[in-house]
Amino acid sequence: MAYAAGVDVGSTQTKAVVVDEHGEIIGRSLLSTGANVVQAAEQAFQTAIDDGEIPEEEVGYVIGTGYGRYRVEFGDDQITEIVCHARGAARMFPETETVVDMGGQDTKAIRIRKGGDVLDFCMNDKCAAGTGRFLQSAAAALELDLDELGPTALRGERPVRISTTCTVFAESEVLSWLARGKKIEDILLGVHNSIARRSYGLLRRVGIEGEITFTGGVTRNEAMVKVLEGVIEAPLNVSEESHYMGALGAALFALERIRKGREAHPAAGGVA
Amino acid sequence: MSITAGIDVGSTYTKAAVLGPGGLLGTGMCKTGFKLDQAASRALDTALEASDVAPDEIEYVASTGHGRNQVSFRDLQLTDMTAQSWGTRHFFPLTRTVLDIGGQTMKAMRLTETGQVKSFRLNDKCAAGTGAFLEKTARYLGYEIEEIGPLVEYSREPVPISGVCAVFAESEVINHVSNGAQPADIMYGAMESLIERSVRLMKRVQMEPEFTLVGGIMRFPTMARVLREQLGDAVRVPEEPLGQFTGAIGAAVVAQRRLHKLGTAGRTTAAAG
Repeated sequence: MAYAAGVDVGSTQTKAVVVDEHGEIIGRSLLSTGANVVQAAEQAFQTAIDDGEIPEEEVGYVIGTGYGRYRVEFGDDQITEIVCHARGAARMFPETETVVDMGGQDTKAIRIRKGGDVLDFCMNDKCAAGTGRFLQSAAAALELDLDELGPTALRGERPVRISTTCTVFAESEVLSWLARGKKIEDILLGVHNSIARRSYGLLRRVGIEGEITFTGGVTRNEAMVKVLEGVIEAPLNVSEESHYMGALGAALFALERIRKGREAHPAAGGVA
Repeated sequence: MSITAGIDVGSTYTKAAVLGPGGLLGTGMCKTGFKLDQAASRALDTALEASDVAPDEIEYVASTGHGRNQVSFRDLQLTDMTAQSWGTRHFFPLTRTVLDIGGQTMKAMRLTETGQVKSFRLNDKCAAGTGAFLEKTARYLGYEIEEIGPLVEYSREPVPISGVCAVFAESEVINHVSNGAQPADIMYGAMESLIERSVRLMKRVQMEPEFTLVGGIMRFPTMARVLREQLGDAVRVPEEPLGQFTGAIGAAVVAQRRLHKLGTAGRTTAAAG
């Protein structure tokens, strides 16, 4: 029996997924990328195979993705995260035609064909506005944990209007609203609104079609899901696996390579 | 003898200058924070102390900067542009282009021979074009802002920094550090990238010499050197630390002129009466 793995090295977090020959997830891991990217990739992979209780030699193919994909030194190949998120989203939600991926330092809107082929995409390559980093700045200014942001924002009733575009200036804007006596939950709701509006801008540039699947680390934030649904005026597909979607897509591509290898060299036992 | 004060309430720091008929008497500065009126009072108090002038000797107060309308004790408020025009020409009468880099803004403006503002461009949307970019880069390297100045003096081979986004710069800095680049060279590279952005902004106002560089960025005297590498010798820089005070000084100069006018008008009225 052969397994396949995907390692998604993001700017903030590294995710790894191991799938069995049917493409079902049997192991996963999530850790901070930190400064040593090579080590983060290695550790994420080891943790994922431990999680699935699989011996390393049974993993037939590993694909690296994410901004640090070339640092996955043990990987057999690299594929961009855009293609991997599309593939993962199509696997989890087969009716998906639009993907919005919100990560630590970037947000992407991706239009796909049903099944996962990428038609078009659009991302914030010039600046960190409208990404998870904006939430991080707000959390730092308010001295909250990232996980507290969503639940706090959900209590907001009168969101402030955040005028700052730049993530660096967001911190001082948040503090100035506090100084003016606004409630933390209203400030945070405003921050979520601001990010959602920027993501919606990206989505409109690729065009919204079919079901929309939300992927990336920020999917864990319930407030962002709700606010983004409100701005887009459509429901979003979100699951427990949304955070791992890029790694899942990479693992599915790795599985395909194993299958192709088997067809090409039937006697070799399928290990590419 | 008439004494005036100028107060420049900036996004990060508030600066004050006290001016007498003979010239500058003293300056003061403090963090702006969120209570702008208090910051203005504190900066003025410091400047009064430095000038050895009592508060009631001040006859006219002009405010400028983004928080100018929050200064409750002002007699007059003027835009940053007007204040910088008067402030830079106070030091360099031949100034035709002013580059003002602050904590959260970058401004370029072109002046006519008589100091009127002919063209003006502003960046306050993106930290990559402001002092915050250097501050962030220093943080990523583990240095305090105060350490930047002395640090860059040791730069030998500046490392190119893309300067697209102050947030993205973090991964860039980490990469350079892990490749063995020196912090001084990375920091100098960040300054070069900031100056490249400045020059683009200056081109948009059709810059002409002389160029005068002012603003909070003048806490790092190396910036003048980096700008001269790009624009040549026609770059003027007020003597340290006055480069940060040109807005406040300009406001105090305008206050002097206003006072003079009022005095003349008063005498005219008295004579007529």
